[in-house]
Amino acid sequence: MSERIAITGIGIVSALGTGVAANRERLLHSESGLSLLQKVESTYQNKIVVGEVTATNQELAQTLNLPTKHNYTRTALLGCIAAKEAVKQAGIEDIKEFKTGLVSATTVGGMDQTERYFRQFATNPDTHRYISSHHAGDSTEKIADQLQISEFTTTISTACSSAANAIMLGARLIKAGKLDRVVVGGTDALSKFTLNGFKSLLLLSDDHCRPFDANRDGLNLGEAAAYLVLESEKAAKGKQILGYVSGYGNANDAHHQTASSENGEGAFLAMQKALQIAGLKPSQIDYVNAHGTATPNNDLSESVALQRIFGENIPDFGSTKSFTGHTLAAAGAVEAVFSIVALQEQQLFANLNFTEPMPETGLVPVQTLQKKNLQYVLSNSFGFGGNCTSLIFSK
Amino acid sequence: MEALNITASTVAAKHPAYRNYIPPAAARRMAPAVKMGVVAANVALEKAQITQPDAILTGSGLGCMQDTEKFLNALLENNEQFVPPTAFIQSTHNTVGAQIALGLGCKAYNNTYVHGSLSFESALLDASLLLEDKPDAKIVVGGVDELGTEFVNYVKMLAEKETPASKIPMSEGASFFVVSSEMGNAQVLLRDMNTCREISVAEISNRVGSLLKENGLSEEDIDTLILGTTGAESDVYYKAVSDAFPKQTTQIHFKKYAGQYNTSIGFAVWFAVQLLGEKNTVSDRKNILIYNQEDGRNHSVIIVSRC
Repeated sequence: MSERIAITGIGIVSALGTGVAANRERLLHSESGLSLLQKVESTYQNKIVVGEVTATNQELAQTLNLPTKHNYTRTALLGCIAAKEAVKQAGIEDIKEFKTGLVSATTVGGMDQTERYFRQFATNPDTHRYISSHHAGDSTEKIADQLQISEFTTTISTACSSAANAIMLGARLIKAGKLDRVVVGGTDALSKFTLNGFKSLLLLSDDHCRPFDANRDGLNLGEAAAYLVLESEKAAKGKQILGYVSGYGNANDAHHQTASSENGEGAFLAMQKALQIAGLKPSQIDYVNAHGTATPNNDLSESVALQRIFGENIPDFGSTKSFTGHTLAAAGAVEAVFSIVALQEQQLFANLNFTEPMPETGLVPVQTLQKKNLQYVLSNSFGFGGNCTSLIFSK
Repeated sequence: MEALNITASTVAAKHPAYRNYIPPAAARRMAPAVKMGVVAANVALEKAQITQPDAILTGSGLGCMQDTEKFLNALLENNEQFVPPTAFIQSTHNTVGAQIALGLGCKAYNNTYVHGSLSFESALLDASLLLEDKPDAKIVVGGVDELGTEFVNYVKMLAEKETPASKIPMSEGASFFVVSSEMGNAQVLLRDMNTCREISVAEISNRVGSLLKENGLSEEDIDTLILGTTGAESDVYYKAVSDAFPKQTTQIHFKKYAGQYNTSIGFAVWFAVQLLGEKNTVSDRKNILIYNQEDGRNHSVIIVSRC
């Protein structure tokens, strides 16, 4: 890559806590953030395991000093807090000093409020402010308002690979010279809509998820927001650089609307393209932060794709979904932040709850926290519609 | 072309005979957005004589509303029991782009933009970045939105409260294009595009002027303006832009024909292509400028020229 894409700030809110420090602490203590559903008004309260952010909407709104009658959805609230942390860490005081854009990802958008008020929109004027906050672009506009970003701003929604695609577009916008700086990431709140959707597809585990385990039986949903500040070398000059976006690739599995192909074709192609852009050989990858949702289908398909790319020498790999749950559109950014933390700490995180390798591949993920010299981390995110994205981060 | 009946509050698309493009069994499961998108993309590919594009880029302001409403109503009615999984799957915003890829067996780059009234423009910007890297790439890029059945009424309810209110009915549609940096049999040249989140009425005509200048054009070179006028208060922006052009410049208000939906600017681009005409045909038009905004925010300017 001609122009290096520097990462100068990261921010996150997840089931592991608010802020990078809190998330780092729990990753380094192998403490999962999963628990029984508490906040979403659902018949599944106290019944299903999720990665819920502990703060209430009211607490989140107070952090942002919002007026009482605001129309920030939970998706927007989480997004604003994580994005503000990233910008603060990047030491940006005047956002307009450089041409700065925003690329944010979401799948549910304002659904957390829409599902609450849908039946009242026709009759209760007090709920009307949540009509315009329904569409997916709304949380992005709110984040742009909070950060005072007036340049190119857009929203990506490709299911569970959304934030990875946002990071990829951000890197390309800088590389093409369209922007000097871009805040990239994703946000998704838990909602009754997605909980019931995944439940109806029989994709949820009743217990804590077990990525890559022979007896894995589904995923846990989570909510989160995570953002990164990407800067051109010119804009990042003299700043502390946390890492670089070295490679990116997106390919379509073109196999099925929701299931991954048996040979992991989309995943294979995405990883191959990312390596190509980064100019790396597969053997140079030190750690793979896998998509690893813990559904029987994803983990097998991804394992086969890893075997196809890396052959006999599969690097250390693992999924952090057993810490946060599957945070859908945010997942790619959450795991990008975790990849940066792994590079900073030179540590591999535990793939929690693993006991037995799947018979088809025999692959064993990293089971406990481990010290390792890390230069390159590859992070995978795959979504409905066959959308597969791989990113490579470097020190 | 016929203007829409503006007394109606919603106007559905004129749907084609889908069986000519999609197997009937598959079409039955598809919501209007998916059907419209898949067919529009296929028509564009056929015209460009391409079977495998190098990327599929879709914009959709509200995504698959019909299945979203179906799933939401089912879970609210039955207290989270007996919810239809197919509606959930198809409610995902990238269903259209995924179904285009699935139909073509296309493993190339696929992305979906969902940024309100700038969704189509975001997809178009992505296409232009790809073409800078790979000039011979053939990219499918488009915008699609469907009416759905219920949420649209609430959107309309809010719009009607404004004074003056928009006179344009809520609508739906899909417009897809194949773009490339190689001229080949190209019909028209998509010369440039510029978008911004916020700008004042006083500044908008300067922004349009500088885009023209960057492309070696002046206001006099534009023979037709295609504007997103609705009758609402933010029409002051359209007036500010059109006032900067000579009086004889033709003005077309495209929402009279397409109605109001987040990606209706795709229709304006299609309209421009029709006006400029095919290669080797006669047209007295050379350069068209499209300008759209929504509620005074999210402005976009697109310049289209005859090859």
